[in-house]
Amino acid sequence: MSPALVSLATILAIVAFGTTIGFLAGVHRKMDLEQWTVGSRGFGAVLVFLLMAGEVYTTFAFLGASGWAYSRGGPTLYVLAYLTLAYVVSFFVLPQLWELGRRHALQTQSDFFHARYGNPYLAGFVCVVGIVSIIPYLQLQITGVGIIVSLATFDRIGRVAAMAVAVVLLVAFVFASGVRAVAWVSIVKDVLMLGAAFAIGIGIPLVHFGGVGPMFAALVHVKPGHLTMPGATANLGHAWFISTVLLTSLGFYMWPHAFASTFTARSADTLRRNAVVMPLYSLTLALMLIAGFSAVLIVPGLANGDLALLTVVRQTFPPWFLGVVGGAGALTAMVPASIFILSAATLFAKNLYRPLFAPAMTDDQVAVLARAMVILLGLISLVLAIFSSTTLVSLLLTGYAGVTQFFPGVVLGLYWQRVTMRAVFAGMIAGVATAAFLMLSHRDPVFGLSAGFLALCLNFLIVVAVSLSVPVAATDRQLPDGTADLPAGG
Amino acid sequence: MPATRTTMTVKRPSVAALLLALVPFVAMCFSVPLWDRIDPILFGLPFNLLWLIVWIVLTSLCLWVANRVEAARSRRAAPHR
Repeated sequence: MSPALVSLATILAIVAFGTTIGFLAGVHRKMDLEQWTVGSRGFGAVLVFLLMAGEVYTTFAFLGASGWAYSRGGPTLYVLAYLTLAYVVSFFVLPQLWELGRRHALQTQSDFFHARYGNPYLAGFVCVVGIVSIIPYLQLQITGVGIIVSLATFDRIGRVAAMAVAVVLLVAFVFASGVRAVAWVSIVKDVLMLGAAFAIGIGIPLVHFGGVGPMFAALVHVKPGHLTMPGATANLGHAWFISTVLLTSLGFYMWPHAFASTFTARSADTLRRNAVVMPLYSLTLALMLIAGFSAVLIVPGLANGDLALLTVVRQTFPPWFLGVVGGAGALTAMVPASIFILSAATLFAKNLYRPLFAPAMTDDQVAVLARAMVILLGLISLVLAIFSSTTLVSLLLTGYAGVTQFFPGVVLGLYWQRVTMRAVFAGMIAGVATAAFLMLSHRDPVFGLSAGFLALCLNFLIVVAVSLSVPVAATDRQLPDGTADLPAGG
Repeated sequence: MPATRTTMTVKRPSVAALLLALVPFVAMCFSVPLWDRIDPILFGLPFNLLWLIVWIVLTSLCLWVANRVEAARSRRAAPHR
């Protein structure tokens, strides 16, 4: 068999195995909306860990981080810092959120905003921003599968064909089994990815340089500035690092899917324990970065850094191992992508379409509409992936600039009684508009700071200022569902 | 959805837990100019990479302690449960 055939067969076997497990996970359960979206709130510590690890470690970690280590250098270290600090933030947000979720039967992020602030337009706005922000993240995964399959088959299968196959598999997979399937496929995905990360991060420097130490020594000698900030970039220095780490670690659980995964947990304590363990998982990312740094010396001059990891793997290991890495990579893209699609589709059907156009819809009808949206979203991101050429990291940061604007409304909503609906709405609109303007007009970073972070600061200021401008007596009468309370003592 | 003020309120974390959470933020984020360098190279890794790897483990430890603090606090708050 030719090398391309060996690696392709291995990839297909791995994807087929993972998908089968996903289908089996959903077979004997009745799929109502609650089961499909939040697994009936019955996940223990292990399943929650798997679900969260499954949706967090996407193909961004696999190809994007190593790609930036290759093309940008030092600034990529932001990935290690933000993934770790995100769990610190989650420790103070998710258990509280879970508590409210249980009391008010919340399933989505938009549900939370509706319950807390009692305004359907705010809830609808959150929904739209969430869906729009998740699309680049989805596009990132599909682009990743395209890269993996075309490199692993030595360009026998084109990227477009590979991406199309991935989208079809993805849609079928989400259709059949909902959130529980994702948690189970994560097991296969995580074992493979951990194995691949160690083999790649330690194996590649060992084969080419005799170890990680000699590899770094050689890299420092050849490119002294590559490993520190701003690395190979002009403007990604320490201010960018701090602002980006803050933006992304605060925004991490503001992704609609990550936010909603909170509600799958059986108890608040599950989430606290999860936050203690999850940082250790980011160690995998360090191995991916080491592989990316090695690639600087082994395969210099690639036009697209996102190709670096697999190009090096192809030069270092036999075809079957390239297939294993490719298969792990493909699942690493598909598992999160399916949960993004699931969350976005549920948001659309439950929090946008039903309240605005069809208030009489039953939960079962919402579930049917959500399934139809799964197909549409898959197609949209496929089209975007075919026609766009942005790097994987840029796609991720674009989405973050959007979803992090939810943070003030969530955290102040949980902890600060005085925060008002108008303040949160005004701050969020200002934040989203600022982020969109700065990023779409290519002004990011601004004065060395992340554009999304500047937008977040503005958002926070507006929320606090507007909330404080309302006298306490007035806020006292304002209930979160938007109705006025009866006058006290009346 | 009948949401009232009391049902949307959550318990605030303790000061001790918040301080424990601040430690990793200072170490991995705000202090970046102090540790973003290559030397000294330890265990073959550039200093900035090694620093972050060490702090990934220490962050987990900080949260473990914070979790103990919070658990002890909720036990004191509800001794009969």
